[in-house]
Amino acid sequence: MPIGHYLFLSLALFLIGAIGVITRRNVLIVLMSIELILNAVNINLVAFSRYFGDVAGQVFALFIIAAAAAEAAVGLGIIIAFLRNRETVLADEMDLLKW
Amino acid sequence: MTFPGYFLSHLWLIPLFPLISAAAMFFFGRRLSKEAVNLFCVGSVFLSFLHALGAVLKLFALPASQRVYQQILFPWVTPGAMPTATGMVNFVADCGYLLDPLSCVMVIVVTFVGFLIHVYSIGYMAHEGGYYRFFGYLNLFMFSMLTLVLANNLLLLFVGWEGVGLCSYLLIGFYFLKKSAADAGKKAFIVNRIGDAGFLLGLLLVAATFGTVRFTSQGLPDPAAFSGILQTLANMVAQHQVAYGASVFTAIALLLFVGAAGNSAQIPFYVWLPDAMEGPIPVSALIHGATMVVAGVYMVARMSAIYQLAPVAMDVVAVVGAATALFAATLAVVQTDIKKVLAYSTISQLGYMFLALGVGAFAAGVFHLMTHAFFKALLFLGAGSVIHSLSGEQDIRKMGGLRYTIPATSVPFLFATLAIAGVPGLSGFFSKNEILGHIFNRHQMMDRYLVLWVVGIFTAGLTAFYMFRLLFETFYGMSRVSIALEGHIHESPKTMTVPLMILAFFSIVSGWLALPILWGEESPFERFLEPSLRGVEVDTGEIAFGRHTLLAEYSLMAASVALVAVGWWLAYKLYLDSPKLHTKLAESWPRLHNLLIHKYYVDEIYDALFVNRIKDLSTALGFFDSKVVDGLGVDGAGWLVRRFSRISIWWDKWVIDAVVNLLGRFPKFLSMPMRMFQTGVFSTYAVFILIGLAVLLGYYGHHVQIFVRTLH
Repeated sequence: MPIGHYLFLSLALFLIGAIGVITRRNVLIVLMSIELILNAVNINLVAFSRYFGDVAGQVFALFIIAAAAAEAAVGLGIIIAFLRNRETVLADEMDLLKW
Repeated sequence: MTFPGYFLSHLWLIPLFPLISAAAMFFFGRRLSKEAVNLFCVGSVFLSFLHALGAVLKLFALPASQRVYQQILFPWVTPGAMPTATGMVNFVADCGYLLDPLSCVMVIVVTFVGFLIHVYSIGYMAHEGGYYRFFGYLNLFMFSMLTLVLANNLLLLFVGWEGVGLCSYLLIGFYFLKKSAADAGKKAFIVNRIGDAGFLLGLLLVAATFGTVRFTSQGLPDPAAFSGILQTLANMVAQHQVAYGASVFTAIALLLFVGAAGNSAQIPFYVWLPDAMEGPIPVSALIHGATMVVAGVYMVARMSAIYQLAPVAMDVVAVVGAATALFAATLAVVQTDIKKVLAYSTISQLGYMFLALGVGAFAAGVFHLMTHAFFKALLFLGAGSVIHSLSGEQDIRKMGGLRYTIPATSVPFLFATLAIAGVPGLSGFFSKNEILGHIFNRHQMMDRYLVLWVVGIFTAGLTAFYMFRLLFETFYGMSRVSIALEGHIHESPKTMTVPLMILAFFSIVSGWLALPILWGEESPFERFLEPSLRGVEVDTGEIAFGRHTLLAEYSLMAASVALVAVGWWLAYKLYLDSPKLHTKLAESWPRLHNLLIHKYYVDEIYDALFVNRIKDLSTALGFFDSKVVDGLGVDGAGWLVRRFSRISIWWDKWVIDAVVNLLGRFPKFLSMPMRMFQTGVFSTYAVFILIGLAVLLGYYGHHVQIFVRTLH
């Protein structure tokens, strides 16, 4: 299959994830959108790896999966801590660093 | 013996000994015992006396025309070239000492009488406090006085002059806790200072006219290199640059005489001497009887060369001297304090000396100086002995009949009284008659000198009167001593009475130096002094004075003896014969008596004219200082500063702070838009990330496009 289809899929997923990061109120949904972004990048990397026959892309995708998992765990931890302090999961209410 | 020998070449030691002991007293006198103080101070004066005696004897060995010895220790004031009346001159005033016949007489009198008075003070001050301080001051005085008489130039003489003025102040105010003593010390110093101003002007005029202040250049190893006043004067006269009677000489002579009048208590500067009796008796004897007050006479005699060329000034000196002699004698007649009588007597006798100097009889004046030193010192010391015996009584109305109880004092005192009165055979007779004889001699030239002679002889009569009055009131007649003191009358210790006897001996004998005048010859004393007093030969157009005939001499003596007898008889009648007669006399002329008792109100006049006016000036200046200087100046400066500080405050607050605040607010203002970016909401940040990503893609995106086309 032409690689363009995989790249388009990756782009679409990326944009959905990006929109989700920007737009969603609930930070858990934002976290999930970030995961979507990361996965979109994964698909991109694997597609190029299959097209050029270079396994480096798949290895890099594995790295990203591991990193995404760690980062999700940490992010959840931060959100739980924030939840316990502020009792909110809505992004626009988390504006402590505001001017 | 080689010339100059030890004593002459060590002339500078004579003033140095008392200076060393005075310094010793100053530094560690407090810790010394009385015996140590005695050894130092009296011993140093004795050493000075020995050296003086040796130097004088050495000088005697020289022939009469060469009896001058000078030595210069070091050049002291060297300002360089100085413009004078005769052109530019290299002016040098050195620290040097001169010994010639005149200073021989002075130095022997000062050291000998000074030594005797020091010995006397051992006994007199034995019970007083401040023993070492007294002797320290006394020795400082000896140093100053010896510097004065041995100086070889006017400037060093002036140093000694000021020094004796200072010591006079210190010693008059010796009992400084007593207000009257402190005031008397101040009065003496201030009046002296006025005279010193005149002296200083005269000194400067001498320096400006002659280019030198050295008296003479004779006696120096190299006379040509140094010039003296005498030599310069001779030159000026020889070259007809100045004439006899030139106004510059009159000015110099009068100015120097002002200084002499201050120091030697002539009119109008005599007022300090009676008050000076607040000091202890040895001070009165030494300073105000024998030595300091004769400094003026010495100075005029020393400058005789100039005085002889200024006849106007000589007349002034003679008139002032005669007036003072008479004035003080009239005051001595009514004084009731034994020391005050002697004080006025001193002023009167000093007037005699100046009278002699003023008519040109310089040697006679110096002769009277010498005899007066002996009998006046004796009178003062005798009075001190009486006061000591009576445990402090000084009023002669409370004395009497003392010759039975204290004969060791009364016999020398008697001789001194005879001497000062001018009884034939004693020293006063010879010296007074020398003076009167010279005045009478001069009268043959000018009639006005007759007036001076009459004043002189009348004063001699008054002198006899008040001195015998003093003698009778103190020692003769019924005892009027108060009951309390009667039992304590005791003779003074040997250390006080032996100097009295020595001085009595010299009071009798010192006049015999002029004995040859009795048979028509010149007095050896005058012959001895003649080289010092000769002055400069100048054609004055006057006839030279010859000696008067023997008949005139004897008749003059007879006249003065007659007046002395009258004085004695009056004193006897008024005070001894009928003891209350003098009181009745005083009551019958109350106004005259009052005038005399109050000393012609001179002190009151001076107070009103000068003292209170100066106090008013001080008050005015004080007012000016507190109101104007402090008010306008200090407070006003403060006010001005406060005004300026208000402006400063405004400037600081509204201008400086504004700039600082602006500098602070400006970045804040600029950063306002930037703040808005920090919403704190994560989503906003995510948008910015994506926008940035989009920009980057757009900028570098064309590579992606190419790359995508290659795929298929």
